[in-house]
Parts: sequence; structure tokens; C-alpha cells
Amino acid sequence: MAETRITLEMVQHVARLARLKLSDVEQERLLADLGQMLAYVDKLNELDTESVPPTAQVGEAGTPRREDAVTCPSDAEAMLANAPSAERGYFRVPKIIE
Amino acid sequence: MMASELNKLTIAEASAMLHKREITALQLTRACLERIAAVDPRLNAFLTVCEKEAAEQAVEADRRIAAGNAPALCGIPLGIKDIYNTKGVRTTCASRILENFVSPFDATTIAKLRADGAVFIGKANLDEFAMGSSTENSAFGATLNPYDLERVAGGSSGGSAAAVAARECLGALGTDTGGSIREPASFCGVVGIKPTYSRVSRFGVIAYASSLDQVGPFANTVRDAAIILRTLAGVDPMDSTCSARPVPDYEKALTGDVKGLRIGVPKEYFIDGMAPEVEQAVRAALKQYESLGATLHEISLPHSSYAIAAYYLIATAEASANLARYDGIRYGLRAEAPDHITLYEETRAQGFGAEVKRRIMLGTFALSTGYYDAYYLKAQKVRTLIRRDFERAFENCDVIMTPVAPTTAFKLGEKMDDPLTMYLSDIFTISVNLAGLPGMSIPCGYDGKNLPIGLQLIGPPFSEETILRAGDAYERSGAFTKREPAI
Repeated sequence: MAETRITLEMVQHVARLARLKLSDVEQERLLADLGQMLAYVDKLNELDTESVPPTAQVGEAGTPRREDAVTCPSDAEAMLANAPSAERGYFRVPKIIE
Repeated sequence: MMASELNKLTIAEASAMLHKREITALQLTRACLERIAAVDPRLNAFLTVCEKEAAEQAVEADRRIAAGNAPALCGIPLGIKDIYNTKGVRTTCASRILENFVSPFDATTIAKLRADGAVFIGKANLDEFAMGSSTENSAFGATLNPYDLERVAGGSSGGSAAAVAARECLGALGTDTGGSIREPASFCGVVGIKPTYSRVSRFGVIAYASSLDQVGPFANTVRDAAIILRTLAGVDPMDSTCSARPVPDYEKALTGDVKGLRIGVPKEYFIDGMAPEVEQAVRAALKQYESLGATLHEISLPHSSYAIAAYYLIATAEASANLARYDGIRYGLRAEAPDHITLYEETRAQGFGAEVKRRIMLGTFALSTGYYDAYYLKAQKVRTLIRRDFERAFENCDVIMTPVAPTTAFKLGEKMDDPLTMYLSDIFTISVNLAGLPGMSIPCGYDGKNLPIGLQLIGPPFSEETILRAGDAYERSGAFTKREPAI
């Protein structure tokens, strides 16, 4: 990993990926913060990890399986109770398809 | 004992008195609610106080106790970190984006406690989405340290730790992803346990970093923490990472005997920048263990200094995925917007605090095309090295003991200018999450300002019985005398 220089364009790109609207002040602040954090994590480059396998999980190996059968009843009312906007059993959203 | 002092009982004491009908669960719950009314306006440990529900649960608990054979936690008031889905109760994660969210279901651990008849006295404050080490990142104000109201309670489970220390409840639930149970336990002078990863179900616990998050208890004694852990632990079909290993009777492990226990002391954990009084208290505790028949062995965890860097790539990457669900569509805050993309961007901009945004940005970057190998994958490889360090160390010792934090509780605002300074306070706890090991903080002293100091006990996977036994033996040995906070 060569040292990454973070730019305002990169901050804006990442914000778009993360679906976050950032003010100009926030963008400047994040430019500095991300720069500082990336400079810090750069120390990982001191380690030779060429032949080291990655660890994604520290629990026991394997995924338990079960029968593909319904085990809990559908409760649409409960699921819609926190909806910002709901109508006739649906979540109401801005129009997506023209 | 005066009715107004019932909140100062341990869980073990209260449980015995409840079963002998010397006190009622309703009296116990009322004592806690009165204490909350008296001190919480200053402490801010609770975001929601469940007065009505708690009284109902207490009445039901009294019925069960009278009928006989009620479990140990029946009638015991507990604080619940506001990250656990609690059916019918507001669950906010200390975030504006969930400010009015009412859980439609119980987390598995909440359901288990409910089935045991525990009383949920309230939802405790935290750093927003469990991201922080001081509870200053809560959208609803910081929780103060009961030992000094100008200082932090620690985080992210600051509310839970402070509530137990201030005797607002007899025990509490927290979560620990990089130290979020152990560090506030240390700052507030209480016992806090992060079990082995996969020991306790994470279903219904709002996710921060799924390969690091773990559920755990706070209490005033090791025995009390063991009692809570016994109910929490165990297999759960709703959490595919949850272990099916049988759960031991943790209380039975508290034999008081540590003769022959081999304690590993990692040289990398006694560093410059650590407060001298913290080091003194920890070394004094180690000496006490020697006098109880344990042996000390210097060990090395050579990759320790890389743990924070690895954590802040892995945890933030996982968080960026876990927090993608807060989109204003099905629950939580929704901003006004003409199209769905703007809706997502505005909702998240308005709903998330600065630290959450910072971590989402770093995590998204670490996973993005062109940078994934250099950052996220690299961090996962370093995680392997850190895990191996512990495996090697445990070939020659039974438990590792270290400080919990480099300092005692710091002042409000002291570490807020610079995110990295705050992150470095996790230096002793973070490796334990990366390796998936059990870790416990027990109080071992106070500094010159009467601020609590914690000792960390770390064990191999599923060695909770060993670390509980060791912690309990120290607690019983008389070397440490607990001081109540002035509040």
C-alpha cells in the first residue's frame, strides 16, 4: 500500500457511495480527518503479510442450516408501525420509475 | 435495611432476600426508580426510564417468586443499553435517526432476561451507534462519571456503567466492539465482561461491526456478572454466528482458588503515556495474585501496536455496511426530498452525528474499488497476526492481565478535538475483540483524584469460567475496597 493522498474529489466520491450529503465545512473537516487516519493506518505497511491469510470471522467455522419453513407469522402491522409514510400495507416512497 | 437502600444490594443479595420474601421486587424496583429520579438529571445515564413497564414486570416477578422456583434474576432491575431492541420500548442507539423508533421485537438476550423475570428499568445512554469511548458522541448529551461530574463515564456503554456504579440499577447490559464494556467499567469502578465472540447471541442488538460486536453484562461484583452471563449465553438459531457450546454454571466456577494459575503479563502493555497511578494499581493487583498462589510470567504480544490501525479499518468497513439500512424508508427519520437518492442523502446527513459520518466515510473508502486490498484486506491479514500472538501466548499461561485503559476517566471535551486521540484510548482493549477472546474489567484501585482504575483479565476462547474465577478470587481477597461515588 503506497501512501494514499486523499483529495476533495475522493471525499465527494466516497460521500456519494455512502449516500451522505456533506456540507462544504464537513467536506473540509473529513478531508483532514481521513487524511490523518489514513496516515496512521499506513503503519500496517511495516508488516509483511504476503503469506498471511485474512481473518474475516473469529467465531466457529461453518454456517448452521435449517428447514426452509415458515417459523414466525408475518406481522405487517408491526413492521409498518415505524414507517415514516405508509399506505394500505405498503411503505410509501418517492417515485422511482417514470 | 432501609427501603431506600435496596438499590445498593448486589444481585446475589437481592435475589436471596426476594426468595426469602424479606423484600419484594416492587420495593426493589421503586428504590431504583427513586434513585434514578434523584441523580439521573445530573448523570444522564438513561435515555428512557420505563417506570410503568418496570412496575408491571416487578409485580409479575413477585407473583412468580411467591409461586416458587423463580430464576436468580427474577425481580432484579437491570439497565439496558439503548442498542438492544426491546419490544414496545423506544430504542434510539443515541441517534437522531432512530429518535422515535419503537422496537417491534425483543433481542434474543432481552427475551431471555424477560423469560427469567428480570425488570428492565430503562434504556441506557451510549455513544451513537456504539461508536466512541466516552458517551460524548450521544445525540442526547454525554453521561457523566458518578465519581466526578466533570469527567466522562467512558464509552460506548457509558450509561450502563454509570447506572450500575451510581446504584440506579443492580446490573446492566452493554455491548463491546473495541472495549465499550471494559473501558467504561474501568472508568466507573464496576465489573464488565465481554464474553468470547459467539458466546452470546447478537440477534436484535443493533449492529455496529458484526465480526467484533459482543453482548455483555455490567455489575458491582464478579458473582453478579456471572449470574447475568449465565442467562445471556447460549445458542440462538436467529444468530448464525452464535456458538452451540453448552453454557457452564458460571457461579459454580467461583471457587476462590487461583493457586497455580499462570498469569501472562504482556510487556507491550506497559508503555510510556500510561498514567503512573494506573500502572501502580495494576502491578499491585498482580502482586496480590502472587500472594494468592498464582505465578506471573512476562509474555510478548508483538503485534499489539498495529491493533488500532487494523480495528479502525475493519470496524468502520463493517459499520459502513451495517448502517446502510438507515435510509429513511422503513423506519427512523425521513427527510423531505423529491427523489429517492436525495432522500437517502438528506436523511443520513440530518440523522447521523459527526463521528458516525466519519466512520462510515473511512469504512466506505476502505472497501471501495482500488483501495479494498490495500486497506480492508491488509487489516484482515494483520488481524490474523494479532490472533496468532494470543494463541502463542496462551500456550504458556492461563490468563493474561493488563490495564484496561492508559488513564482514568478524562475530562469532558478533553479528547474531542482530534479523533485519533480518542481512538488511542482503546489501545489495551481492542486486540481482544480482533482475536474474539473473552475479556473482563474488574476494579482494582483509585487514583489520587478518587477515580476508579480497572484491571483487565483476558482468556483463551470460551474460558469465561477461568477469568471469572480469577476475578472473583481477587475481589474476595480484601486487597481492594470499593468506594461508593459521592453522587
